[in-house]
Amino acid sequence: MNSLVKRRGFYYALAVAIPTFYLYLQSSNVTTSVFSIAVTFAMPLALAAMVGIMCERTGIVNIGIEGTLLLTSFVAFYAAIATKSILIGFCIAMATGVAMSLLLALMSVTWKMDQIIAGTILNILATGLTSFFYIQGNMLPNMFKQKPIPGLSNIPFFGDVLFKHGVLMYLGFVVILTLYFALFHTSWGLRSRAVGEHPSAADTAGVSVSKLRYINVAVAGAIGGLCGSYLVLELVGSWNRGFTAGKGFTALALMIFGRWNPLGALAAAMFFGLSQAGANQLMIDGTVNIPPQFVGILPYVMVIIVLAISAGKVRPPAAEGQPYEKGQG
Amino acid sequence: MSALLEVTGVTKRYPGVVANDNISLTVNAGEVVALLGENGAGKSTLLKAVFGLVKPDSGEIKIGGTPIVFGDTAGVIARGVGMVHQHFQLVPVMTVTENIILGGEPKRGLFINKKAARDEILALSKRYGLEVDPDAVIEDLPVGMQQRVEILKALRKDVKLLILDEPTAVLTPQEIDELLEVIRNLAKSGVGIVLITHKLHEVMAVADRVVVLRGGKLVGATSPKETDEAGLAQMMVGRSVVLQVNRTEAKRGAVVLEVKGLQVLDDRKLLMVKGVDLSLHSGEILGVAGVEGNGQRELVEAICGMRNRESGEVLLKGVPTKNLNPHAVHEAGISHVPEDREKHGLISTYSIADNLILNQFDQAPFAKGWIRDLSAIAKNAVETVAKFDIRTPSAFNTASSLSGGNKQKVVVARELSEDLPVLIAAQPTRGVDVGSIEFIHNQLIAARDKGAAVMLVSAELDEILSLSDRIAVMSGGKIVAVLDSKGADRNYIGRLMAGLKE
Repeated sequence: MNSLVKRRGFYYALAVAIPTFYLYLQSSNVTTSVFSIAVTFAMPLALAAMVGIMCERTGIVNIGIEGTLLLTSFVAFYAAIATKSILIGFCIAMATGVAMSLLLALMSVTWKMDQIIAGTILNILATGLTSFFYIQGNMLPNMFKQKPIPGLSNIPFFGDVLFKHGVLMYLGFVVILTLYFALFHTSWGLRSRAVGEHPSAADTAGVSVSKLRYINVAVAGAIGGLCGSYLVLELVGSWNRGFTAGKGFTALALMIFGRWNPLGALAAAMFFGLSQAGANQLMIDGTVNIPPQFVGILPYVMVIIVLAISAGKVRPPAAEGQPYEKGQG
Repeated sequence: MSALLEVTGVTKRYPGVVANDNISLTVNAGEVVALLGENGAGKSTLLKAVFGLVKPDSGEIKIGGTPIVFGDTAGVIARGVGMVHQHFQLVPVMTVTENIILGGEPKRGLFINKKAARDEILALSKRYGLEVDPDAVIEDLPVGMQQRVEILKALRKDVKLLILDEPTAVLTPQEIDELLEVIRNLAKSGVGIVLITHKLHEVMAVADRVVVLRGGKLVGATSPKETDEAGLAQMMVGRSVVLQVNRTEAKRGAVVLEVKGLQVLDDRKLLMVKGVDLSLHSGEILGVAGVEGNGQRELVEAICGMRNRESGEVLLKGVPTKNLNPHAVHEAGISHVPEDREKHGLISTYSIADNLILNQFDQAPFAKGWIRDLSAIAKNAVETVAKFDIRTPSAFNTASSLSGGNKQKVVVARELSEDLPVLIAAQPTRGVDVGSIEFIHNQLIAARDKGAAVMLVSAELDEILSLSDRIAVMSGGKIVAVLDSKGADRNYIGRLMAGLKE
């Protein structure tokens, strides 16, 4: 099973690498810039998917990711302006993410509420708060600047694509890789997955289900804060109403497509980012002579197609969405 | 030295029911104590209390002389109490190793030391003579093997007290013998064992002492030396139970159901039913005997429209039932008590009342056109709950709130409610207590006497022998013999089941 997954991953990688190499030979500048832009599109989606993975692997459905991104990006923006420090903005955004997560955990773990409703509450809360407090015409003091990593950034192609970004992007990669190893190779990961699959099995083995759910959901909130900060403080630099434009929901689809595996979700996000960056490039080139709106929906259409193909085969964590009652089952 | 487990005056009330009423008992090192009681007698509640999973309203539980704290499951485990739960506490998508080390993982730095874990499992399985494949994924394993993993999981923590909750309910006869041997060996090595089971001969075979619960109360303590199976049954139910079913001569009528050359694949796409011919007459019970996994499940599912047929046909009163879905098969006149009541028999989140009409929800009197008639459904529920002695505070509680035996009564009640010409009952008394078994058996006989053709599939040979008019023995996907039950020889059938020729 595991080797099968690895082999399939290898084929996917090959299927991307060969045409990429061909394009790179054709026009190295354009290919490199498309991939580099694709990474910046992919990172927020991948991080948002990590929020989902953290929660769902322990059995908590989080459809409030969109709200978390919206509110944390908003807070990052205004906190950075108010304190004139993007670093403080970033920290406050992380704290806000944790706070929203704790609210989700309180509703779904302690109060055993329906988790879809709990997530919807987060989304409505975020939309309401940000719309109410939004003031036009503010400017960030500065942004997280591009910091090429010495040495690594000189590698042809990969250096430009992966190692010429800001601090938050690098932090994002660290988070994703750490999460992957933690989930599949540490006690914490084994216990988290057990809680998400069969909570009473974990409970009878002496693992505290609610404690672990609280911790994981809280950490997920911090990752949400990182994601919101990246969007506003490193990628875009300004904030407007509906800033996150459904990224939190797209991330849920990518999480499923990536089979609740951090690397899978990262690959799915890259696929999405690439189709978006590729579509943009086609518009700029004028290669295709169709209205830009159609090109704009291309990535979404591809995600729908891919999801529809893979949907029947995926298997979510078995205990997802169910409050755990001690002493039942 | 203090007792391993000391329960003093434990009481636990749930809304509408006293699950445990002032229960006291002790278990010492090296002894096997059987805890008996009907479904819903309060055994599970008591055990959950021991583990700190349920908080007793009053009373005290001591392990090795010190009281336990509610919620401190980890503390209870640390003091050497292990449990093999009735519903396996295994994560289906994880490996044997991962399941066993969960909660106490060997580490190397930050990471789990997977090699050490694997070696440990191999050593453990060797030490207790319980062979397992450490890398197998749980959901791919047969239940007997899954249970082994459960036992190893408990043994890994150096248990002093091992609690086994209905460990044999899902095992084949061979697996049961092996398990009883394991239990004896563990007791010999000084482990205290609490065995919960409904199978009285197992109690007689391994227990040193027997404690009986009824209606939440402790009603007696005895030992296999002082009593026999009938005596135990009487203590459990509170009245004398006829372990032998009383039945009159069958009034065998015409052939109702005919199976001709049926071949069926199993989930792995292997041929599991290899050409079965059977005829079922009205007014008789045909028992299908066989060790589990010899094609009985696939045979039943194919007849009931739950599984595709590879070849062959099934005729109901001479009419082929080809390609009918389960609903259409039911409409045609076959009722079915499925083997797995949780999966196919009930919708556990629905009320008992709704579960009782699942097969007729769209028909009068339970529906008028598109509208459900809730008062007719309620009336039916109240009547059926009383008639079938389904123990529940209310007919409108969810089916999941019922104990195993009462769930099974709901399924049987529903399937018998229409007097259809054919009844297929697969493992109808699995995991069900003595009192409920007696009741279900009588219902099957009553259905037969009303003229139904009954096919009884069971892994319990005693059940087959006591109920059937004719016995078909299934082995290796084939019917190897059809015998008249009168004068049938138990040993001979046993040999046929094992696949031995004459």
